[in-house]
Amino acid sequence: MVEGLRAYRMIAGMWVRSGMTYRTSFVFTLFGNLVLTGMDFVGILLMFSQVDSLAGWSLPEVAFLYAASVTSFGLAHLAAGSMPQLGTRIRDGSFDVLLVRPVPVLAQVGGDRFSLRRLGRVVQGGAVLGWALVAADVDWTVAKVLLVPLMVVSGAAIFVALFVAGAAFQIYAQDAAEVQNAFTYGGTTMLQYPPAVFGKELVRGVTFVLPLAFVNWVPAAHVLGRPYPLELPGWAAFASPLVAAACCALAGLAWRTGLRSYRSVGS
Amino acid sequence: MSGRMGTTAGSEGAFIEVDRVEKVFDVRRRKGLLRRERHQVRAVDSISFTVARGEMVGYIGPNGAGKSTTIKMLTGILTPSGGRLRVAGIDPSRERTRLAHRIGVVFGQRTTLWWDLPLIDSYKLMHRMYRIPDARYRENLARLVELLDLGDLLEVPVRQLSLGQRMRGDIAAALLHDPEVLYLDEPTIGLDVVSKTRVREFLRQVNAERDTTVLLTTHDLQDIEQVCSRVMVIDQGRLVYDGALAGLHEVGESERTLVVDLERECPPVEVPAPARVVRVDGPRQWVAFPASEPAAALVTRIAERYPLVDLSVREPDIEAVIAQMYAERAGRAPTRSPQSS
Repeated sequence: MVEGLRAYRMIAGMWVRSGMTYRTSFVFTLFGNLVLTGMDFVGILLMFSQVDSLAGWSLPEVAFLYAASVTSFGLAHLAAGSMPQLGTRIRDGSFDVLLVRPVPVLAQVGGDRFSLRRLGRVVQGGAVLGWALVAADVDWTVAKVLLVPLMVVSGAAIFVALFVAGAAFQIYAQDAAEVQNAFTYGGTTMLQYPPAVFGKELVRGVTFVLPLAFVNWVPAAHVLGRPYPLELPGWAAFASPLVAAACCALAGLAWRTGLRSYRSVGS
Repeated sequence: MSGRMGTTAGSEGAFIEVDRVEKVFDVRRRKGLLRRERHQVRAVDSISFTVARGEMVGYIGPNGAGKSTTIKMLTGILTPSGGRLRVAGIDPSRERTRLAHRIGVVFGQRTTLWWDLPLIDSYKLMHRMYRIPDARYRENLARLVELLDLGDLLEVPVRQLSLGQRMRGDIAAALLHDPEVLYLDEPTIGLDVVSKTRVREFLRQVNAERDTTVLLTTHDLQDIEQVCSRVMVIDQGRLVYDGALAGLHEVGESERTLVVDLERECPPVEVPAPARVVRVDGPRQWVAFPASEPAAALVTRIAERYPLVDLSVREPDIEAVIAQMYAERAGRAPTRSPQSS
């Protein structure tokens, strides 16, 4: 674990330094990312120019959901955004190269092509989050103040677990990157809207099977003083870190199993 | 730590130990919509050999014979399905990361360097990844840069290097941490003659200076001739020859060719079997005879009876020898040549 983090820092650091060689290009793509990911929010703004509320949620409240989802996903994407490319590495055989190096493979896959340009999404999400927190009508308590950062970090960890589990799955099925994207990108988009918009079965699925609801829906309901989806008990809002830890443990297990069953390519 | 008695005992004799190692792949093939057929492919079938520290061994065989699979098991990339395997006393697949510090690997067809970064960045990262002491790193880098002529390439992104340059860069990367054994999988594939020669010279030098054990797979028999003192031939997952290169001729029952120039056109010369005339072209005739027999008797006999002007002996083409060996082989046990130690 310690060795893995050290390796990750080392590899990510090298990519950051090399990325900084072209400063103008860096600034432009960072800005581009910011604008591009911000278009989603513009969509929500346009929608609210026609309606006053969405399933009973006001604009600042939906903005809060949106921002929490985007920031968590942005952090996870920053940390592990290269994992979906694992299938390509396995197909072209370059995955073998990672296996003969003396540092954990997961750190090498995760740190590969690390780029601060991905911060665009985090910055954009953070800005909307700031605005939503001020604009929304919240009855602030100490617990709620603590819950906001806890929610963002736990949400990021849940998405990281998804990236890792997806990578593990790609060891078996090398062309499964799209399946992974459906869960990660699809998940973050879904979480930008109130749970009441979706069917009950779907909400149940993303609460108990793939616990995406703990990224923002459940803790946000607590912060905003709204009823929990599926009438979950009151403590559920604070369960996000536990859910995140369980997800990471399962993903780690899946990764180890996948790695053990790796069979390489023919040459 | 390699100080355990169990691993050091006899390690002078065997740095790499491979004992009845097998690798079986489960292959599933779709048959129809739902039915799937499973069958097993034995990529490596009970192979045994040992390599002593400092040996230079060539590992050859046709495509799909199991060469790469063997190398992947020796580096810990793949887990053997059966048998026992040790490199420097370490079980590769169980302690892959620990072993990684002691081995260097060069994959001819893919690079271990970071494609988009300047060559030097890859080396800097290796420095930290392998925890190479600073002084040792600087010394090794300087030496490798000089020997492999990488001075002008260090700031060039790897993707802009030519194949030969990249290969030299890869070899340097594999040796920065002073590995005790260097595996090279097709190190000269696609290189021009000059680059090939350079790589071969370098490998000999590293072996002489550092006593690095070298195991290389290749299609190019010149790699073997110029670098390796020992050759192992694998076919269909089995070791069919293990010994000195020269010994291959005898095992393969290959033939040498005596080319004689006579004063004038003659009918085919009479020679005792199994020698025979294989071609006549004007005054020149080609006589094939077993490679294991000396040419002298044959030459004397021809000189006595025919107006001999000139002669030359052609050594058999090793590729032909090996091709013949594959053709003849019918599940025989590996043969060791008398020359091998």
